[in-house]
Amino acid sequence: MSVARTAWLIARKDLRIEWKSRVITNQVVPFAGVTMVIFGFALDANTDVLELVAPGLVWLATMFSLLLLVQRNFSVEADDGALDAMRVAGVDARGIFFGKVIGLALQLLVLEVLLLFAAVVLYGETIRLDGAVLLVTTMISATCGLAAVGTLYGGLAAGSKGRETLLPLLTLPAVAPVLIGATRAVESALGTGVAELSDGWQWVSLLTVFAVAFGVGGSLAFGPLIDE
Amino acid sequence: MPPDADAVVDLHDVVATLGQFPALSGATMRVETGEIVLLRGPNGAGKTTLLRLCAGLVPVVRGTALVLGHDLSVDRDRVRSHVGLLGHQNGLYADLTVIENVRFWAATVGATDAEVASAMERMGVADRLASVSVSKLSAGQKRRTALAGLVARRARLWLLDEPHAGLDQRARDDLDNTLREAAAAGATVLVASHELDRAESLATRMVDIVAGRAESGGSR
Repeated sequence: MSVARTAWLIARKDLRIEWKSRVITNQVVPFAGVTMVIFGFALDANTDVLELVAPGLVWLATMFSLLLLVQRNFSVEADDGALDAMRVAGVDARGIFFGKVIGLALQLLVLEVLLLFAAVVLYGETIRLDGAVLLVTTMISATCGLAAVGTLYGGLAAGSKGRETLLPLLTLPAVAPVLIGATRAVESALGTGVAELSDGWQWVSLLTVFAVAFGVGGSLAFGPLIDE
Repeated sequence: MPPDADAVVDLHDVVATLGQFPALSGATMRVETGEIVLLRGPNGAGKTTLLRLCAGLVPVVRGTALVLGHDLSVDRDRVRSHVGLLGHQNGLYADLTVIENVRFWAATVGATDAEVASAMERMGVADRLASVSVSKLSAGQKRRTALAGLVARRARLWLLDEPHAGLDQRARDDLDNTLREAAAAGATVLVASHELDRAESLATRMVDIVAGRAESGGSR
């Protein structure tokens, strides 16, 4: 079976599991929403400040939610030994990696749209039409990078003792470039502060390079990692 | 003894370690097509390691290990697609239904819907159970669902670690019948079990694993 077909099989299975279990709608989305509200309280509900920092808060909430999604994504594999069973069955590790990246990325994209909406409602953020292409491109490239890192380290932590604490320790430092790049690019897209629209595209380039590097590197490293 | 390329499993003086611990220390064993071989031995003797080695999950440190004609030292990825390992876990997704689980495992080898239906029928998980979520199944029903996945995947070598654990009497009988049918249809079965009375009545041959070595335990 080709890598692409395997990836499609895994992604479809992951999305079906999430659709049935409703973990995203019942746990992750409320968690992300509460995080956004708490950020508001922490900044004293100052609308000027909140508008200024909204892009960063959206990506911070996304990253915290990423940890929940990755934990969930790999606990369904580890609970009854399904990941081991896939390796024994000779399922291509690159296909497993890309399938899980696709499933995770789609879940993250839905979450990011909701978080952006929350920023508009809670922080008074405005979305400019002329920045829409940059905004969408940023979300897609940043999401691919986050999903690749999350899947790689999720696979690594899945077989380890104390995986719940290991995953954030591994993942958060690795996704710091995405936090910085995506925040700057979204600031440009939304016209927050002094950011210019054209400034955002160089950050999108960085996000794309990051996503490709972790996508390619992750697909090569994933098999040996889960075999160990 | 030279390696036998026709044997399903042919191990010659195989050494394998788990970390620093020597789990197999010179195991030699040959298994032919259609056999049901019971691996006997105390805890820590190396039964599970031997099964996992045959599945390509434990590397061969020394010796020759051929499974389905492939040398595990150089070619273990090619072995994996023909092997079904059922250990202490079932490899099922609790949120999916029985048929969704079996379909998923069948799809990994491109099996058809007809093969899925046939496998589920053989394992007694078709009809009423097909649309039930795995999280709602009993231990025996989960085991049968996992076995349906192995059948649908057309595994040629079945590696079963304590397959009777957690099953009631009827489920054990069903499992034994299934294994006999699979062997009659050309599959080869290696079973590690502590439930010797039941497993000995199932097996066509016994192999004793003593301190990481395989010794002939006789035939039935």
